[in-house]
Amino acid sequence: MKVIGNELQIKGIVASIDRDNIDTDQIIPTEYLKSIKKFGFEDYLFDGWRYLDDGKLGISKNDRKINHEFVLNQEPFTQANILLTRDNFGCGSSREHAVWALRDFGIRVVIASSFGDIFYNNCFKNGVLPVKLSKDQIEEIFKTEVGEMSVSLDSKKIEFNNTYQYEFEVEDNLLERIVLGLDDVDMTLKYKNDIKLFEELRKKEKPWIYADE
Amino acid sequence: MPNTLYDKLWNEHHIKTLDSGESLIYIDRQYLHEVTSPQAFEGLSMKGLLPWRLGANIATPDHNVPTERGDSFTVENISDDISKIQVVELDKNCNKFGIKQFDITSANQGIVHVIGPELGYTLPGMTIVCGDSHTSTHGAFGCLAMGIGTSEVEHVLATQTLKVSKLLNMKVIFEGTPQRGVSSKDIVLFLIGEIGTAGGNGHAIEFSGSYIESISMEARMTICNMAIEAGAKVGLIATDKTTVDYVKEHSPLSVDDLALAQKHWNNLFSDKEAIFDKEIVIDISQIKPQVTWGTSPEMVVDYDAVLPELSLQTEANKKNIELAKNYMGIKEGEKLTDLEFDRVFIGSCTNSRIEDLREAASVIKGRIVSKKITEAIVVPGSGMVKAQAEAEGLDKIFKDAGFIWRDPGCSMCLGMNPDQLKPYERCASTSNRNFEGRQGNLGRTHLMSPVMAAYTAINGVIGDLS
Repeated sequence: MKVIGNELQIKGIVASIDRDNIDTDQIIPTEYLKSIKKFGFEDYLFDGWRYLDDGKLGISKNDRKINHEFVLNQEPFTQANILLTRDNFGCGSSREHAVWALRDFGIRVVIASSFGDIFYNNCFKNGVLPVKLSKDQIEEIFKTEVGEMSVSLDSKKIEFNNTYQYEFEVEDNLLERIVLGLDDVDMTLKYKNDIKLFEELRKKEKPWIYADE
Repeated sequence: MPNTLYDKLWNEHHIKTLDSGESLIYIDRQYLHEVTSPQAFEGLSMKGLLPWRLGANIATPDHNVPTERGDSFTVENISDDISKIQVVELDKNCNKFGIKQFDITSANQGIVHVIGPELGYTLPGMTIVCGDSHTSTHGAFGCLAMGIGTSEVEHVLATQTLKVSKLLNMKVIFEGTPQRGVSSKDIVLFLIGEIGTAGGNGHAIEFSGSYIESISMEARMTICNMAIEAGAKVGLIATDKTTVDYVKEHSPLSVDDLALAQKHWNNLFSDKEAIFDKEIVIDISQIKPQVTWGTSPEMVVDYDAVLPELSLQTEANKKNIELAKNYMGIKEGEKLTDLEFDRVFIGSCTNSRIEDLREAASVIKGRIVSKKITEAIVVPGSGMVKAQAEAEGLDKIFKDAGFIWRDPGCSMCLGMNPDQLKPYERCASTSNRNFEGRQGNLGRTHLMSPVMAAYTAINGVIGDLS
């Protein structure tokens, strides 16, 4: 796993998958959700497209039938750290394993015209940056032979081939979580007293919610 | 200021606005299952924390439990070692922290979104979360319910809160009376076909209109369940007499608590003048039974319709449609009614409740499963549903027809347990997702209502229900 650290520039190779509605079952099939770990999902990313056989948790990539037509099995995209796709990426199941698989493979940025809501949220908890661009901009990138792409987290810009530049929007607080790798539980527990007060009042006003406690 | 139902629920649970602009909202109930919780419990332990409020949490194993268990089955009998580890892990975590669990041996075990409401743990006005996108189901009770990731499961265990930004409001109004053979599943599939699987992204969808008012809690749950397939992680319906009657029947609350609660529940609706960011009106009397043909729930049509022709598509659409048709093994010019089915699955958190089983049984009664169908299974959503169905003799109707009558679980909705399609098998399924490989590697899923799945079991093909 790569450490996120204070890096404000992500540079690298862009792999593209030209499809709408790539759901989290495609990003990682249910078989691999049987793992009780948070890491080690890199070999199972896009499993149904990456391999020609049916995999099982724990079976090594070396023992699988590789689908050489799939982008992540082709050089230089085996080293891709940016993924370009179309509309509604990460729709479907809430499985955070989808983000873990992208992260473990080395994908740091996913560019799409829209994202599934739960997936979008999960990205920021794991150092993966989802970048929303317009459908026209996405179309333009698909039509271009992209060399190295550079994604700047502080100026919120994507640049490539010295000529293309796109600005994107993302909430600062979410971006901060990626840059600083902050833990939400620790941050929220600073408001312990606010939560306690709220809860005490709720217990008084709506006792039925706490009836069996 | 007039508020939507979502606004009211949001305001009631809002603890504070954070410097980041996000809000901290209080969570009343968290459901846990074996797949998305182990890493959350591990995180909690590593931080040396305990659950904030034990009583808020209810757990059950559902995703990868075998559904051929019979009596005296225990966790030790799970033959898939990796699945077993996950179910054992849930047992361990619930025991370690003291969380209430309906384990694999419990008469009340079942799909988490089926047991929550029927055991009275889902109450109107609650905020409800679970590491499962179909948590939107509980919105049928006038709850703010949504699926979350594992990091958030840990966050809720540790803090009883969620850090979120407010969603936009969308209202979907279903007016009219459905045609014969058309159920709530068809209505929600039709909506997904209309607005697309990204149509509700960023929104909480409130379902309303005369149709919603007229239907049962079971049918309402089917609709809210699939809000996520329309892109909305929150789906919800105003609390009314139907809701309260259901809760009274299922909840163990005392008479006093119920009386007090009901005063509050009477306010769980959108104010008349409330403003929605989006509003859609659908005349449901025109809707025919819906069946999906592709690999996304939005690829859905009237069961007898002509499928999208490649030659008529824009470049952008063409690729998606071609990929889907190839995967599904559908030739140009073929209709859904031309396809022969291999398997039938009646179950899932969308359609495994007693009403679903009654409707399917009414089609099957006195008939037998087509020879073309290699396996037809019914997987009740919970131990309670199973017992009720058996008390009504529904199991006998299914078994006499040649169906296999199973034990509760998510089963072939996602094929984490042994219930899976073989490559290229075509399945009539009452579940919620027709994604590639969802029911098994290279399997072909067609989503439909329980009635249409029952019809397909008997005839080997889909057809006219009227």
